Amino acid sequence: MEKIVTGKAFVFGTNIDTDQIYPGRFVELTDVEDVAKHAMEGADPDFTKKFQPGDIIVAGTNFGCGSSREHAAITLKAVGVGAVLAESFGRIFYRNAINLGVPLLVCPGIGRLVKNGETLTVDVVSGTVSNAAGEIAQAQPMSEYVMNILASGGIKGLIRAQLGKA
Amino acid sequence: MHAIEKLLAKAAGKESVTTGEIVNCSVDMAGINDLYLQTVRSFYEMGGEKVHDPSKVIMFMDHYAPPSTIIQADNQKQFRQFCWDQGIELLMDIDQGVCHQVLADKGLSYPGEVLVVTDSHTTTHGAFGAFGTGVGATDLAIILATGKLWFRVPEIIKINFEGELPKGVYAKDIILHAIGELGADYAVYKAVEFAGSTLKQLSVSERMAMCNMSTEMGAKTSYIQPDEITMAFLKEKVTRPYEIFETDPGYQYAAEITFDVSKLKPQLAAPSSVDNVYDVTEFLGRHVDQAYLGSCTGGRVDDLAIAAKILNGKHINPRTRFVVVPASKAVFLEAMDKGYIQTLVEAGATFVTPGCAACLGTHEGMLASGETCITSTNRNFPGRMGHTQGQIFLGSPAAVAAAALEGKIVDPSDYI
Ligand code: SF4
Repeated sequence: MEKIVTGKAFVFGTNIDTDQIYPGRFVELTDVEDVAKHAMEGADPDFTKKFQPGDIIVAGTNFGCGSSREHAAITLKAVGVGAVLAESFGRIFYRNAINLGVPLLVCPGIGRLVKNGETLTVDVVSGTVSNAAGEIAQAQPMSEYVMNILASGGIKGLIRAQLGKA
Repeated sequence: MHAIEKLLAKAAGKESVTTGEIVNCSVDMAGINDLYLQTVRSFYEMGGEKVHDPSKVIMFMDHYAPPSTIIQADNQKQFRQFCWDQGIELLMDIDQGVCHQVLADKGLSYPGEVLVVTDSHTTTHGAFGAFGTGVGATDLAIILATGKLWFRVPEIIKINFEGELPKGVYAKDIILHAIGELGADYAVYKAVEFAGSTLKQLSVSERMAMCNMSTEMGAKTSYIQPDEITMAFLKEKVTRPYEIFETDPGYQYAAEITFDVSKLKPQLAAPSSVDNVYDVTEFLGRHVDQAYLGSCTGGRVDDLAIAAKILNGKHINPRTRFVVVPASKAVFLEAMDKGYIQTLVEAGATFVTPGCAACLGTHEGMLASGETCITSTNRNFPGRMGHTQGQIFLGSPAAVAAAALEGKIVDPSDYI
């Protein structure tokens, strides 16, 4: 996990569900390169043309609500999202993303504080969010448990170790 | 402690738990849907070789039943092989139906159970006093590998429904009303308990619809204290031993809300979010291209019964399609036995094999751009049932059947 990420903000509204992050009709695809092609397609069909690795997604409340499809987290990881900042997250999406090592930060008010296209710097560990003018928001601290999963680059490595596999 | 906390404490091998604590719980039943081949991949990526306890794993071929593309067919093929290789005997193939209904039909949903499925609507099983919750593929793979999964002990909200339900108003209407009032993110990360005098009038089928929809207010799990209605349903079905937990008197809920439903009108969630809820009367006369009756929310025998009652001896509007999907094989057989299938087919219904069908917009009843659908399912996000410009209204099975009859949105209470 990158501790400090800097990238362009892509701002979305509230209740962005997993069908918008990754449409149901593509759930049958299983290869990461294919899954990456449909990131955010239900919310912005041109998203993947504009998004660069390291860029940051910003949203209002309940980002990732809806279905349990891990594809929603896989597709954002595959396009190289630097971090996702939202006022709150759908519960299953939150677990899925953390399990894959994608940093999600719960950031009160963030949906109204960021302009689409501006450059943000996020300190994933301390939770501070800054733009050109300076610090603009502070994310809620992550639980130790979650931070440990992120710091390990996702949960798969932790389970491998638990199973006694190198 | 709350019943949910006692249940989690037992599963974690602890005397007690507190809100916010992270506990590692043994899982009684883990379900995988055919959408998530990633589960198998994650299992092997984590170094899994043998599934921890194959008797506690169930595999559902429901979302792609039967497959409509070669890729879907191939995903199912790999899943079957995984079950055979791992000795997973509970392989629910394409004839069986939607996971949540199959679990209820087969007595695999019961009080005190920790039930985890790769499906967000696993909250459905709160109707039986189980801790049902949805997870993604990698979390499920962790259960395959270790038999356990971590949970944060949630805050618990109590929602009471009081009063007698008016004619033409169902559990679907009251839960839509609650979601409309409270918002789609009201219960994110939290558990919701349903209680109140109205519940005594609700069948297990209706309670399942209610708990199912708690997902649409963000709930992690839902709960209804098992009572005589629950026990009458479980009696014939559940063969395993189970424990009914009860909440201690004086337990402090994170919030408690009461709705009086005695004057409620039939409700609709209008496009394109589940909390965009109105009285059905706001949309009277709106043309409907497709009426859809099915899913783990609204495809049970009670739902087909009300549709058959409304359409008995009549025919649907020629400008409307009526797609009916029984939630499971058991539902299909019982509805056939009771004559509902005959009635609905004669009335112009198009039947689809038990499963998820167009509920998630992959096949068997998709919407074209600009079409309007009224459905007994649980989600109306853009693109959920086909084209992102399709307009989806969520309503009760009665509202769906009445709209199919007239070709437009009507007040179902006029047809009961
Ligand atoms: S019927 Fe619909 S909501 Fe239920 S499990 Fe299937 S796709 Fe999900």
